[in-house]
Amino acid sequence: MTRLEPDTRAAARGLSDLTIRNLFIIPTIVFLIVFNVFPLIYSLWTAFTDYRASTSADANWVGLQNFRELLADPYIWRNFTITAKYVMITVTGQVIVGFGLAMLLNRKIPLKGLITTLLLLPMMLSPAVVGLFWKLLYDPSFGIINYFLGMGKFEWLANPQMALWAVALVDIWMWSPFVMLLSLAGLSAVPKHLYEAAEIDRAGPFYTFFRITLPLVAPILMIAIIFRTMEAFKTFDHAYILSTQPTTELIAIRLYKMAFLEWQTGMSSAFAYIVLIVVVAITNIYVKYLNKAKAR
Amino acid sequence: MAEVKTKGEVIVNRAAIVAVLLALVIMLTPILWITATAFKPRNLATTVPPTVFFEPTLSPFAKLFTKRSQLRAPVDEATYAAAPWWEKLVYDGGEQVVRNKKTGEATSSGFGNRYMNSLIVSIVSTILAVSMGTVTAYGFSRFRVPGEQDWLFFILSTRMLPPIVVAIPMFLMYRAVGLYDTHVGLIILYTAFNLSFAVWIMKGFIDEIPREYEEAALVDGYTRLQAFFRIVLPEALTGIAATAVFCFITAWNEYAFALMMTSRNAQTAPPYIPSQVGSGLSDWTVIASGTFLFLLPVAIFTFLLRNHLLRGMSFGAIRK
Repeated sequence: MTRLEPDTRAAARGLSDLTIRNLFIIPTIVFLIVFNVFPLIYSLWTAFTDYRASTSADANWVGLQNFRELLADPYIWRNFTITAKYVMITVTGQVIVGFGLAMLLNRKIPLKGLITTLLLLPMMLSPAVVGLFWKLLYDPSFGIINYFLGMGKFEWLANPQMALWAVALVDIWMWSPFVMLLSLAGLSAVPKHLYEAAEIDRAGPFYTFFRITLPLVAPILMIAIIFRTMEAFKTFDHAYILSTQPTTELIAIRLYKMAFLEWQTGMSSAFAYIVLIVVVAITNIYVKYLNKAKAR
Repeated sequence: MAEVKTKGEVIVNRAAIVAVLLALVIMLTPILWITATAFKPRNLATTVPPTVFFEPTLSPFAKLFTKRSQLRAPVDEATYAAAPWWEKLVYDGGEQVVRNKKTGEATSSGFGNRYMNSLIVSIVSTILAVSMGTVTAYGFSRFRVPGEQDWLFFILSTRMLPPIVVAIPMFLMYRAVGLYDTHVGLIILYTAFNLSFAVWIMKGFIDEIPREYEEAALVDGYTRLQAFFRIVLPEALTGIAATAVFCFITAWNEYAFALMMTSRNAQTAPPYIPSQVGSGLSDWTVIASGTFLFLLPVAIFTFLLRNHLLRGMSFGAIRK
């Protein structure tokens, strides 16, 4: 397919293609630069100052001090460790549940369309509100989780050992459907003749799964994993609402507290930059896989 | 998949159906439970064992929209009979509506305003993001753009920024120019957030429209703009609708920016509803009714959107 070279087609009538292209693209780019890039440049400056947004005192240039303090702070490292653990738990859980559901659904089932849509419902809901109603479910005295599991008055969210798992479980509940959705697409794209050939060769179900199904679904599953890794790293909404323990203080929660409750604006800008570098790195990998999937 | 043949396969298939139904029940229980709680009388909301069967009441919804106080003694029959239906519901729930001492008017809770704010901010930002996103997607789809891949990556990367990272400097800037706690301020943030998504997904939809349609129109004497509005836009309508629903849901569900950039005037429902959970004394039926009203539009939209979910969730990279 050939692409129109804008200037060679400088049309006789109406606006030229070049003008239209610029008119269509430049406002969006400018908008994003003004409201996303410019703030980041601004906070790059505050990252090197001792500015506090709660006082009228002027910001003083402190050089690399914020970064030095952050990297030397054992609490910040703990936030990173907690977040890493959270990412591992949620992504693993989502892949197991999501892929499992997709395997179950990938056959003739009555009302399959309706069931699939209903299963997808959790990922469409507002994470903050989801966090809120899980609070009701987790309640130690009248929550239905304790009732159905027969766990008495077990504390889910106030228990330092359990809290992170409880918050992660909500994430798994919300986002397993996402992995399921992508896995279903991958599974339905596996050519049927491969299974027929495997059957003729009397291949066992394990062989079929590990040699045919998994390798062919892997690229799409990879997209789901990277995307969820990135999102889990940024988790804030439901975790902030459910979090009562220092053991559930994810990076985003710590950052929020530092910036908007402790008003350490300069320090939190520096922290935000450290987080940003990680996110941009994962985004890079993600886009590479997206483009690969597109090319197929 | 090959037709079911052997006895073993029949059993496996039945077991799979049972497992799917079981998973469905587990996945939907939290949503059903909050829905049920929204229609319960207060004394049945936090019982042990949980109350599953009850006579539904609209009392929590009437409470949700009004400011109330505890009813010390049962209300007398004449007052009850004279009260409007919603006030009766509040009386049924064992509370009374707080009325202005001078005018006698009922005072409303903050929920109605927050819900309205959510609607305004979500709808306006969706319209802006989708219209800008569609023309930009057309630009990228049809014209040669120097450094196209880099620009597209840049556009997508703005979407991946954690809200809090952007919110710190934005808060300072908004405070300086008076956009803190305004609808406009929130609309700008949501538009920026959804714009990158709209560009990516609309580019996929527009790429699928054969360019021969426009070429033919151009030969017929249409200008490029006319061809865009009369040929391309009608063809892309399904895609535009799906994109708009996605953008609406994203803006509607957004919590972090709303929490940090608003306090009262422009606050949306997501930061408001959780702030109503007190320390043990909170009325879960009222919170549940607010949650129910908030989740209902999203549930409806999910059904309308069901065939586009895959595409939307993968930024247009995976299509069926």
